[in-house]
Amino acid sequence: MNNKVLAILLGLVFVCISAWARACDSQLRGSGDLGVVIERERGSLLVVENSSDQVLCRVEGLGDLSHASVVFSRDARYAYVFGRDGGLTRVDILTGKITHRIIQGGNSIGGAISQDGSLIAVSNYEPGGVKIFSSNDLSLVADIPATFAGAEKGSKTVGLVDAPGNKFVFSLFEGAATWIVDMSEPAKPTLSKFAAIGKQPYDALISGDGRYYIAGLFGEDGMALLDLWHPEQGVQRILPHYGRGQEKLPVYKMPHLEGWAVAGDLIFFPAIGLHQVLVANKNSWEQVARVELKGQPVFAMARPDGRQVWVNFAFPDNNWIQVIDVPSLKVIKTLDVGKGALHMEFAPRGEKVWISVRDKNQIKIFDTQRLSLLKTLPAQSPSGIFFTNRAGRIGL
Amino acid sequence: MSLLLSVGLASADGLQLNSERQRELEYLLKQDCGSCHGMRLKGGLGPSLLPEALVGKPDNYLKQVISKGMPGTAMPPWQNVLSEQDIDYLVYLITNQAITQSGIVIEVK
Repeated sequence: MNNKVLAILLGLVFVCISAWARACDSQLRGSGDLGVVIERERGSLLVVENSSDQVLCRVEGLGDLSHASVVFSRDARYAYVFGRDGGLTRVDILTGKITHRIIQGGNSIGGAISQDGSLIAVSNYEPGGVKIFSSNDLSLVADIPATFAGAEKGSKTVGLVDAPGNKFVFSLFEGAATWIVDMSEPAKPTLSKFAAIGKQPYDALISGDGRYYIAGLFGEDGMALLDLWHPEQGVQRILPHYGRGQEKLPVYKMPHLEGWAVAGDLIFFPAIGLHQVLVANKNSWEQVARVELKGQPVFAMARPDGRQVWVNFAFPDNNWIQVIDVPSLKVIKTLDVGKGALHMEFAPRGEKVWISVRDKNQIKIFDTQRLSLLKTLPAQSPSGIFFTNRAGRIGL
Repeated sequence: MSLLLSVGLASADGLQLNSERQRELEYLLKQDCGSCHGMRLKGGLGPSLLPEALVGKPDNYLKQVISKGMPGTAMPPWQNVLSEQDIDYLVYLITNQAITQSGIVIEVK
């Protein structure tokens, strides 16, 4: 394709996109069925609505949004967008306007909002550590370098979540530690540190009730569990040796432990280096099953009612989505949605799921009961999808 | 636009790939290598792949790392999914990249 044809095509695409992405406006409306979709390359996000499944507007100028994530203010009006380039942007999703934007670090990976909604914490790869900002104006409240013994530079931090008591919890990738920051007195952050939790924690999640913090380990089998009701008991290893006797397959993309894939007493985790999800009992933390899948799982996400778990995969299997039926622990559907199926987000009560398909420049919306495609929306290289019902949930 | 570049032996082989495969690999570099090294290759969980970060690392070393991975790190071996020529081309790309605001722009003609 020569450049001229390309330019004309791009122009047409742009005209089409402009046509549907009309401006957000301030007409009186609730925000409970809104959300945002990250357009990673363009550095923009789409404000979307999941009742009638439409795009409301596009917000531009958010920098490098590869691997971007979002949390919402407790009134579900503002989206805080954590960009790869260290950008932290506060977007008013009702007006479609950026209200505040700072570059807070060199290379960031995600963030969290405090229980009381007043603080935004950001996890950084470069220069490492965690920074905490006021959610009103993004002014700096606390800077927590993740330095640890024997290292010249700070650790990359991962798995940052909010926890009850206005705390944040995160883990140190190189530092092999989990830290709790108590921000109940913002002027005086208090740190609790748990060392030697296991090699290379890559991400973490917190249970929906805010009690259990679980970090996934890349450098060895198992997960590191911290009971926040009983921090004095320290971090314990769960699911040790899950890959024993099996050859580890290459991992072309790190799994994510977002949310709490819990269904009844079962919790689902992506295995590292295996084409499986691990199923554990959340009372005993014993492994009860594993489900064989198409590839290395990235996200294993439970439908809000817990009846199904939806899984997407790392390269080179990232065109597949598989649906696990929880009562039978069987795969009941395998969908080929197109290359680059990066993220899934359920409607608040789970009757449908939105899936971003990067290479097709589409969001595909599926009926989770019939497991059939409902609608396709255009989006430019979409990645993360975040609905505002996250605003009231611990750990999201 | 053509670029005159001094290309090491290891990476020159990749230039024999057809242009469709070259575009696929450029996309893979940005999206799939980018999932750890950043879409703009400035680093993430994995280190930066920008030219200044690669100073002193010979092509053959880079080729070896991409092919076999780096034990003890999150870098996987790519030789199962990429050919030797593919990997040569990736080495060529990261050692000859031009960076713009919008990400990596690679001009190879």
